[in-house]
Amino acid sequence: MHKTEEFYLNMGPQHPSTHGVLKLILKMDGEQVVEVTPEIGFLHRSLEKIAENRTYHQYIPYTDRLDYVTSMTSNFVYVTAVEKLAGIAVPRRAELLRIIMAELNRIASHLLWLGALSLEAGATTPFLYTFRERELILDLFEMTCGARLTYNYMRIGGVSQDIPPEFRDRAKEFLKYFRPCIKEYEDLLINNVIFQNRTRGVGVLPLKEAVAYGATGPNLRASGLRWDLRRDRPYSLYPELEFDIPVRQSGDTMDRVLVRVEEMRQSASIVEQALDRLEKGEVRTPGINMKLRPPEGDVFMRTESPRGEIACFIRSDGSPKPYRLKFRTPSFSHVGLLPWLLKGMLIADLVVVAGSLDIVLPETDR
Amino acid sequence: MFEHHISDFLDKLVLAVARYVYTHWLGKAAPAFVPEWIERIYPLVCVVLMIVFISVTCFFLIWWERKVAGQVQRRMGPMTTGPQWGWLVSFMKKHRWWGVWAGGWLQTPMDALKLIQKEDIIPSKADRLIFITAPFVVMTACFMSFLVIPFGPHLIMRDLNIGLLYLLAVSTFTVIGIIMGGWGSGNKYSLLGGLRSAAQIISYEVPMMFALLSVMVMAGSLRMGAIVDAQQQSPGLGWFIVPLFIGFTVYLIAAVAETNRPPFDLPEAESELVAGFNVEYSGMRFAMFYLAEFTNMFVVAAVATAVFLGGWTLPFGIDPFNALKSWNFQHWNIWASVIGVAVFMIKTYILIFIIMWTRWTFPRLRGDHMMGFSWKVLLPLSFLNLLIACMWIMLM
Repeated sequence: MHKTEEFYLNMGPQHPSTHGVLKLILKMDGEQVVEVTPEIGFLHRSLEKIAENRTYHQYIPYTDRLDYVTSMTSNFVYVTAVEKLAGIAVPRRAELLRIIMAELNRIASHLLWLGALSLEAGATTPFLYTFRERELILDLFEMTCGARLTYNYMRIGGVSQDIPPEFRDRAKEFLKYFRPCIKEYEDLLINNVIFQNRTRGVGVLPLKEAVAYGATGPNLRASGLRWDLRRDRPYSLYPELEFDIPVRQSGDTMDRVLVRVEEMRQSASIVEQALDRLEKGEVRTPGINMKLRPPEGDVFMRTESPRGEIACFIRSDGSPKPYRLKFRTPSFSHVGLLPWLLKGMLIADLVVVAGSLDIVLPETDR
Repeated sequence: MFEHHISDFLDKLVLAVARYVYTHWLGKAAPAFVPEWIERIYPLVCVVLMIVFISVTCFFLIWWERKVAGQVQRRMGPMTTGPQWGWLVSFMKKHRWWGVWAGGWLQTPMDALKLIQKEDIIPSKADRLIFITAPFVVMTACFMSFLVIPFGPHLIMRDLNIGLLYLLAVSTFTVIGIIMGGWGSGNKYSLLGGLRSAAQIISYEVPMMFALLSVMVMAGSLRMGAIVDAQQQSPGLGWFIVPLFIGFTVYLIAAVAETNRPPFDLPEAESELVAGFNVEYSGMRFAMFYLAEFTNMFVVAAVATAVFLGGWTLPFGIDPFNALKSWNFQHWNIWASVIGVAVFMIKTYILIFIIMWTRWTFPRLRGDHMMGFSWKVLLPLSFLNLLIACMWIMLM
């Protein structure tokens, strides 16, 4: 009589297909996964504790490193939280610039995600195509603030510097070039029958589970709930801009892919609109104390990052340094979703599904 | 229909050389036939030629694969190995597209040299004999297939009566080598990878066999030379691809799956998680597996060319050989063979390019999709193809 035994497989922290240093301990029965235990903390840098020893202005570069794939969004949530706490107004031009940068960063983040997903599915070529477009966006960022990945662009009360004069034309040129590229990715990867077979009906996340585990962003929208913080809890100048929120119903991997691809299109449209509305003005509210002492109290600011809802909680006790700073990051909740979602899957599907959730470890571990 | 053994060709070559040597240098009458001691070294000559040919082909194919990958992925591929003469470098910089193809052609020999220098690691739990022999088994299977590949008229090493059957039998040998590699590594993950690869290869053999069976039905013989000759009766291009287009597609797909290439590389690129059967192999042993994969790809494309694309014949029945013969071109035999080889190689490389192209375009098939595709799609199509072939023969 043969006895089969379940064995443990360690999909360790360094791995070509996990997005960052995520360790998944898989209990396998042959090819099927019986149980998944994620282990995080390999990229923990004590960002929240460090905040207690830095002034509000000094902390901005740290927020870049919170989620280094979408550094602008992390900047955005932090400075908006501090402005809300201290009651600081932001000039209109600065708000528009922030939106432009955040949406361009959204496109860049989704491009990276799409490239990595295609690598996990086994197609090497779309990775290079998406990174080519991403390079163009990073060129735009480098033109503006000098950095390609960790921008340190936003300041409390505005942004650090104005865009150079050629930014507007270059950005419009990029957007014009970018629209057919999305179609190329669709033709090459998404409409490919092999990819469709691997993603349709695979890794279904029902709406009830998604809400229960705190999934937000494209993962939630792919499961059927039309919830986008830019529309439902508006901040900055988003109410002025017109854009669609892509929602799909079945919550499988293909739906998550399609939601993000459509979001790239919508972000491109937002950037166009914002560029058109730019007027002359200052980009930073003058006269803000470098050693800002906000009034005592709490603030909880929620914004929409490419991965979901990123929120910043600050408790101030009136001193120049925050008493407590906490980030609520989307990837942390999505990692918590993994044991439920990946149970009973084959290994080949596991990497694709985990990749489709767009988990990045820097914001999980902080 | 005559048999196309290479010994005939070598005979003619030796006699032509001998005639030249005897009449110009020795002043004596040339002999009329080749002495037996020379005929006895023909097999050795063939083997040496084959090894040289395979080495050169592999060097070229690996370089070409990396360049094709670069072109598909909007980048250049290897550029810095190879001569860096001034004029060449400025040419590479000035002409972007042509320059790509001028660079990096010493990459494969450099990689081979690098791999030779590596430490030979054999895992302690490995079964030493099987571990060491496995790459050689796979290589041998590939080499053995070269015996019946029709490179040109009179350029088949041995035009066996059972040529096609021999090819199928020998290509299945690779499965043994892969299982040996998986078992001999002493690593349960490489064993799993090896078994999975073996299952894949065996299940794709069946549609491949049926596709070749339809060719045999059309040609009436298993002999490779006879199959190539029989294609001239086909309508259209004068190749079997016209009536047997479905068979050609089935064969090409099944053969790519045989060689474990993407998009069918689940056993190998399970290096998402677990590497394939050759995970414990390093250095030159790994190079053997790698070279065997490329040689296998060449063999598969060569066989497809021979049976579906007319081998050395030109399309529409254009026959340069008779033209050369009627003009009493000197040594027309040898020139016919040279043209035949050139045509064969061009067709084979076009097929290889298509195989490489699909590698870089498609994502990977999941294991169950792959098996389902073989048994539920390719096999019925190959039956349909066989039906078409049989009906064709009956109606003609």
